[in-house]
Amino acid sequence: MMTKHVMNEPIGETRLDRNTQGVIGKGVDRYEGKLKVSGKAPYAYEHLIGEDVAYGFVVVGPVGRARVTTIDVERALAEPRVLAVVTGDAIMRSSAQPMSPAGQTMDGEIFHYNQPVALVVAETFEAARSAARLVKVEYEAQDGRYEIESRRGSGRASDTGPMAADTERGDFEKAFAEAEVQFDQTYRTPSYHAAAMEPHASVAKWDGDRLTVWSSCQLLETNIQQIANGVGVEVSKVRLLSPYIGGGFGSKLGIGPDAVLAALGARETGRPVKLALTRQNVFQATSRRGETIQRVRIGLTKAGQITCIGHETETPNSEGEGFFEPSGISTNFLYPGKDRLVTHRVIASDVLMCSAVRAPGEATGMLATECALDELAEQFGIDPVAFRRMNEPEKDPQEDVPFSSRKLLDCIEEGAKRFGWADRPATPGSRREGEWLIGYGMASASRANSLMESSAEIAMSPEGRATVKTAMTDIGTGTYTILQQIAAEMLGLPLDHVDVLLGDTSLPESSGSGGSWGANSAGSSVYVAAEAMIKEFAKRLGVEADGLTLKDGHAIAHNRQIPFSEILKGETLTVTGKIEPGDTADKTNQASYGAHFAEVAVNATTGETRVRRLLMVGAAGRILNEKTATSQCYGGQIWGIGYALEEALVVDPRNGLIVNHDLAEYHVPVQADVPKLDVVLLEERDRYASPLAGKGIGELAIAGVGAAINNAIFNATGARIRCYPVTMDKLLPHLPDEVSAAA
Amino acid sequence: MRPFEYTRASDVAEAGRLTGRFIAGGTNLLDLMKLEVETPAKLVDITRLPLRDIEATDDGGLRIGALVSNSDLAADSRIRNDYEVLSRAVLAGASGQLRNKATTGGNLLQRTRCGYFYETSQPCNKRDPGSGCGAIGGFNRIHAILGVSEHCIATHPSDMAVAMRALDAKVETQKADGSTRILALDDFYRLPGDTPDVENALEAGELITGVRLPKPVSGSHRYRKVRDRASYAFALISVAAVVRMDGGTIADARLALGGMAPMPWRDTAVEKALIGQEPSMATFEKAADILLADAKGQGENDFKIPLARRTLKAVLADATKGA
Ligand SMILES: Cc1cc2nc3c(=O)[nH]c(=O)nc-3n(C[C@H](O)[C@H](O)[C@H](O)COP(=O)(O)OP(=O)(O)OC[C@H]3O[C@@H](n4cnc5c(N)ncnc54)[C@H](O)[C@@H]3O)c2cc1C
Ligand code: SF4
Repeated sequence: MMTKHVMNEPIGETRLDRNTQGVIGKGVDRYEGKLKVSGKAPYAYEHLIGEDVAYGFVVVGPVGRARVTTIDVERALAEPRVLAVVTGDAIMRSSAQPMSPAGQTMDGEIFHYNQPVALVVAETFEAARSAARLVKVEYEAQDGRYEIESRRGSGRASDTGPMAADTERGDFEKAFAEAEVQFDQTYRTPSYHAAAMEPHASVAKWDGDRLTVWSSCQLLETNIQQIANGVGVEVSKVRLLSPYIGGGFGSKLGIGPDAVLAALGARETGRPVKLALTRQNVFQATSRRGETIQRVRIGLTKAGQITCIGHETETPNSEGEGFFEPSGISTNFLYPGKDRLVTHRVIASDVLMCSAVRAPGEATGMLATECALDELAEQFGIDPVAFRRMNEPEKDPQEDVPFSSRKLLDCIEEGAKRFGWADRPATPGSRREGEWLIGYGMASASRANSLMESSAEIAMSPEGRATVKTAMTDIGTGTYTILQQIAAEMLGLPLDHVDVLLGDTSLPESSGSGGSWGANSAGSSVYVAAEAMIKEFAKRLGVEADGLTLKDGHAIAHNRQIPFSEILKGETLTVTGKIEPGDTADKTNQASYGAHFAEVAVNATTGETRVRRLLMVGAAGRILNEKTATSQCYGGQIWGIGYALEEALVVDPRNGLIVNHDLAEYHVPVQADVPKLDVVLLEERDRYASPLAGKGIGELAIAGVGAAINNAIFNATGARIRCYPVTMDKLLPHLPDEVSAAA
Repeated sequence: MRPFEYTRASDVAEAGRLTGRFIAGGTNLLDLMKLEVETPAKLVDITRLPLRDIEATDDGGLRIGALVSNSDLAADSRIRNDYEVLSRAVLAGASGQLRNKATTGGNLLQRTRCGYFYETSQPCNKRDPGSGCGAIGGFNRIHAILGVSEHCIATHPSDMAVAMRALDAKVETQKADGSTRILALDDFYRLPGDTPDVENALEAGELITGVRLPKPVSGSHRYRKVRDRASYAFALISVAAVVRMDGGTIADARLALGGMAPMPWRDTAVEKALIGQEPSMATFEKAADILLADAKGQGENDFKIPLARRTLKAVLADATKGA
């Protein structure tokens, strides 16, 4: 039994609103939490333990750009315990782009430094690793393009990116030229890495012409195609499993080069093959976020009213890649202005390909625009909170459609109150505690919302236990838990009466996890399936579905209370639900909103910055689980600290080497960098967004937080650093000469 | 990683004769072996040797066994009370887990964090003598500003060794032939010159058996480490200071700096300029002038020169305050 819901109309009141079972929204513990902390949740590499597996190790091409002439595998093959060396054009040069049907292959070339070029398969991991150094890669080096700064202006508009390369309205250039006040600044963000804890890893096993792959993947439906195309078999012959994932942050939206390599190795050796990328491989052979150069131009009236806005981004990608970092995505709708211009240009580069990393677009774009807003507020002598209040559009200024829901100002006001924004040092550089300069900063947050096609099955056993099945993934965000909660709330079951199976392509097709759409999309499919089940219950009971109350495994109608087992009559009832996006996506502009507040201390001697407190107030429609939602926001705040102060993937412009390719030298925030984090989520229902009335939340939290920190640094020091990360070398020239108050 | 032979040394006298590379905590050596930056054919595991004690010496100091873990060293009450700068320096390094494994001898011998040293496809005179230096003209934000040569600009990354240098610690060794010697840290470490692969005075098979600390030096003990994140990052600049005041003047000053040279850096001229002086910004400034007279940036690490100046002045101000 299959039911479909197309989101053409806003949703009315639902069982989730009634909250009869009382589990939706509650901050219940993770469904799989105990399994994870007790080592019982197997990650990709941990499958097939005890089976006759062989191990792979990747050979890389140690040069920036080259044509491979020969790969000599003889010495490696002669080593003890070595089973095979896989070479050939089919080897993927990096991860696949999220939505593309196949990854880019090497085709005899090295496209970026330390690209995979071969795979050694051996009886043990150690034997494979040891033999890998004996594979001799001969190549003709070619000139490479390893930085974009010297080639500004050479970019092209890609029509296969994550959004339209250009969006325009009116005549920006004219409006800007005529504006009473003109603001024109350029901001730079460095390249970033997703740096997920679990490295990309795959285990591949053939049974005749059927292939099973366990891999760490976010989007199983496209990933299975990428594997099938990479290996050269029909999709129907492939099964992909990804039950537990140790973080993805976008880097596992497309398959890593490991999935196809493991499958090729397994085919060649006739043995299941395990392959985990090394940390160095992960940094150099999967994907990264491209660096950006962003020019922000804003025209205003003398009073500080924005009249036009322009945001032009230049960013690299490697040959054949259409993706670009969509830094201007939120500029399209966040602030007013009749005349608008948002552009993106991709500059060709011979460095690891660029793809989605957490909140592609907002994460980098708002580091620029939210800093620009702060600069303008300062320039006009208006409080940044008031400045945003003055510049709040009534509807989507680009598309002229209403916002489905927008609590930006509520978030800002609530945040200002809770944070004690009124205590902000009025003059930059004016508050000092010993050696530390203290500053406050704030920024808006927004993240475009999307709903994707997704389906789920619910099977109710004769005893009244439900199992939710979908090829959705849980990348550590809490998907298992919220799907359990939705099913339990809808069907009136205690939580422990609902099991959830995810991460297997033999289950109903799902949206997967990415773009913060997962909870809304997969969750809605469970909602739709549950509605179908309720209808069937009602039919069997001869009542209207609307009049049926479900609670604790009982149906209540006409003053009768019937246990589900009685309705099911010894048989399992199975239903499938599917959600599809519809007209509401076009009729409204849908986004989640929030506000970030930061207090920092900048050391007046050294320029070391320590974040003292962070507060985020967010509104993302219905919150399905307060605990997992809040945890997502903590994650975003922590990433924001990294983006403001620490993270930068360093590429040597002479040769294309990613110099800091491990977690010792690619700095992400550590515990000691993270102060007490506060997150407040406002009540909101977005009835246009999905049947759940929820919106995406994961990536909302990272949008803008780095800018709030940078704005606080300005408030602390008077130094405006427009090139992230704001490290001490950039701050030192702006610090007071006399170093120590202690003297 | 290349295959290697493994043996375990069962007594100190035997260790050097086993002709292999010593492995202690392995926190540095194993990482480098996985990347084939280090390719020893044979490892001699020294972790069973009886070198885990901290003992009093006849001259009123302490002898730290080479295998005392960084965690145990930092927590020892004698170290905390009488050699506070050392305890603080050790705790400023690495992470809890690493400090549990890392040993005193291994910490002294840990190798540079230069990114080109770590990448075997890049030129590096330290790893592959004569191949060139990838860091010169490359990403050298973390590199040295003093004591470098045209062949190598790498820093020695240890925090512990910086405090030991300020404390006049000496390294106690045993050579393969069984003879022993004691080396002051400035004789122990070598500047790169044209042989950056030679980092210290140790001969093949020479085992560090311990580190001797002279009797405690009174005064204010300070260790200030400046780094890109609050923990788990190497020093961009660090200052170890032991400063004793007498009346209104500086009676004694011992200063060593980390993150700025190929070895923990100590310049007695700087100390001389301070001793006998009244603490003032002008005095500190003069000390910094002496320290940094020959400092040279490589571009990305230029900021270390003002950073070292500012940090030194702040540490001195702090260590002399209230006098
Ligand atoms: C991510 C990371 C961050 C770190 N951060 C810091 C930091 O902030 N500050 C800091 O100071 N350190 C830091 N460290 C380095 C750490 O302190 C060293 O790795 C550790 O001290 C080395 O000690 P070990 O016993 O593990 O040495 P090993 O790895 O066992 O050996 C290192 C070297 O010493 C030789 N050796 C060891 N013992 C002897 C002996 N008794 N006689 C002769 N030779 C010997 C070995 O042959 C080898 O060449 C960090 C390390 C890592 C991995
Ligand atoms: S600085 Fe020294 S360690 Fe680094 S590349 Fe140059 S020679 Fe090698």
